[in-house]
Amino acid sequence: MSAAAETAGRPAGGGTRAGTVRSLWRSAWTFGLVGLLLLLFLVTRAIKPTYGASELESLAIGALPIAFAAVAQAVVVISGGIDLTIGSVMALTNVTAAALMAGGSEEFAVLVVVFVLLLGLVVGALNGLLVVITRVPDIIVTLALSFVWAGAALLVLKSPGGSTAAWLKGLIDDTFLIVWIPEALVLLLVAVGVVWLPLRRSRLGLSMYAVGSDRLAAFRSGVAVGRTKIAAYAVTGLFAAMGGLSLSMSTGIGIPVPGPYTLLSVAAIVLGGVSLAGGRGGLLGPLLAVFILALIRADLTFLNVDPNFATVVQGVILVVVVMVGAFATLRRRTA
Amino acid sequence: MTTAPATGGRASGAAAMRSWQRWLIERPIVPLVLLLALLVAALWTIQPDLRNATWAAGIVRFAVPLAILAACQTLTMLTGGIDLSVAAVASMAAYIMATQTPAQGPVVAILLALAATAAAGLVNGIGIGVFRVHPLIMTLGMSLVVLGLMTVYQLKMVTSGSVIADGVAWLGGGTSFGFFSNSLIIFVPLAALVLFSLRRVGFGRLLYAVGDNEIAARLAGVRVWQVLLTLYVISGLLAGVAGIVYAAVTRTASVALVERFLLPSVAAAVIGGTSIFGGRGGYSGTIVGALILTVLTSLLTVLQMPEPVRQILFGAIILAVAAAYTRITDES
Repeated sequence: MSAAAETAGRPAGGGTRAGTVRSLWRSAWTFGLVGLLLLLFLVTRAIKPTYGASELESLAIGALPIAFAAVAQAVVVISGGIDLTIGSVMALTNVTAAALMAGGSEEFAVLVVVFVLLLGLVVGALNGLLVVITRVPDIIVTLALSFVWAGAALLVLKSPGGSTAAWLKGLIDDTFLIVWIPEALVLLLVAVGVVWLPLRRSRLGLSMYAVGSDRLAAFRSGVAVGRTKIAAYAVTGLFAAMGGLSLSMSTGIGIPVPGPYTLLSVAAIVLGGVSLAGGRGGLLGPLLAVFILALIRADLTFLNVDPNFATVVQGVILVVVVMVGAFATLRRRTA
Repeated sequence: MTTAPATGGRASGAAAMRSWQRWLIERPIVPLVLLLALLVAALWTIQPDLRNATWAAGIVRFAVPLAILAACQTLTMLTGGIDLSVAAVASMAAYIMATQTPAQGPVVAILLALAATAAAGLVNGIGIGVFRVHPLIMTLGMSLVVLGLMTVYQLKMVTSGSVIADGVAWLGGGTSFGFFSNSLIIFVPLAALVLFSLRRVGFGRLLYAVGDNEIAARLAGVRVWQVLLTLYVISGLLAGVAGIVYAAVTRTASVALVERFLLPSVAAAVIGGTSIFGGRGGYSGTIVGALILTVLTSLLTVLQMPEPVRQILFGAIILAVAAAYTRITDES
């Protein structure tokens, strides 16, 4: 745990020279993403010299739900699973919050937020429990459950409606301290950090990486595999609930139809350097990837490119980056 | 049954149980057909007016495109992959066909549509077979690319209008003699070809070999990348056919026509007993799986369940069937 401060990669890095090189290599992807993001900001400034604080703010607000979805997906994929219910759970928590807050006081909304976060935790734990006890592949279980939670969201609210407490919307509609830092970004980093930083340093966090890396080896080392998986799904549910609340903040209402967040989250974690095989990657990479994708989309809009074409570019980037990544890993293995 | 040693009551009971299980594992189609019969019986008990050929033809009409779409998932899942681009590719085929029909006539339009789907499949195949991109990611990226390209294409074609030729509508969505769904004319040869290829043709065996143990297959001299390349082109073409049939059934075409059938197509293959990890499964189960899902949808509609409850039950039943299946096959 000596190299726990590294930005990405498994928390257990050795103190030896080889260990340092290895952890540097693992962080290389993250450094690359940071570089790419900075480059994109320069490009954006070149395209649109007036790009400033207000554009940055709307960028952060727009990316907030996707960022929570990506973080949620990253946690479960690191533990060797995959969660296709994220979009549905976001819709469910979003409408639950909107329905409960309709007509309620501002103080009551605090209780609602706590309740909705707990709801996400419970729903996620239930997902994990079903994965563990049915022994059906994660992708199938969560695929089936995505129908269930989407249906539940429709039960809560038939059509878009409800409302959101003013203070909740106020959390992201401004800048923090100085004009260049959007409140939405601060909220995102605080929310993710409060959950993830203590978790990653805990026994449970280490178990998650262990189970994702090699299930059998983890089991033989005395890790409670089933309980770890359920915990990972629960944390994913919690982050999905944050995503649902962020939808409430940006739209002010509840929408009972799942957005494209599940697929976007998978795209973001892969760009962010989380291996779909599990056990590898962190949360910083996916977060950077979300903002890179959002910035590319914004740039294409500034360039007057057909907004639909942005989807094409996003798909191409996803595939190309993964190909490059696969090539790099291959070369490293043969070298 | 014959090999069970009769050493004691409990032991022979357990052995009989095991051989019963083995019998079931070798014939996964049996419980599936029973489940289908059960669903149909339940439906007919609730709604006796549906005991007629017209209803059955309607079920077949909707099950056929789903079964074709699920063929893509079955074949790719046999190699341990998955094709998440089928819905986008199928919608693309439907939309290209409908918009090209006014200018080119239906035959050329269909050929153009299928060429586009084969091209999409080829790109998938190159990514997965040659560049070793994870199939989930490659086909996900492909679906984004196709969806975006089609939306751009849609803006260009906004003046041409979209037409489903009468012949296409008859073949894909028509019914003859009151009970025969015309789409069976396409589906029966197609399904026979898939079933035959998987059982008797070298290519089918290669799919199982690659899915079962890719390294062993490579060491045995299989050119895995060629198998995967061919597979994803076939998957693209099948998705194209499914999209055209969907367009014929609904008599509409849009860039999101087939989107909502993506998850059911995966579900049909899984219910049908194809393992997502590769190497195990087949197409006959998938066909029954597609029928089960279609009858289930019909049943939930007949029960006048509100849409949310319908979705919840749909998901719960898929999970229950998959769990029961894993229970039976895992304890062998």
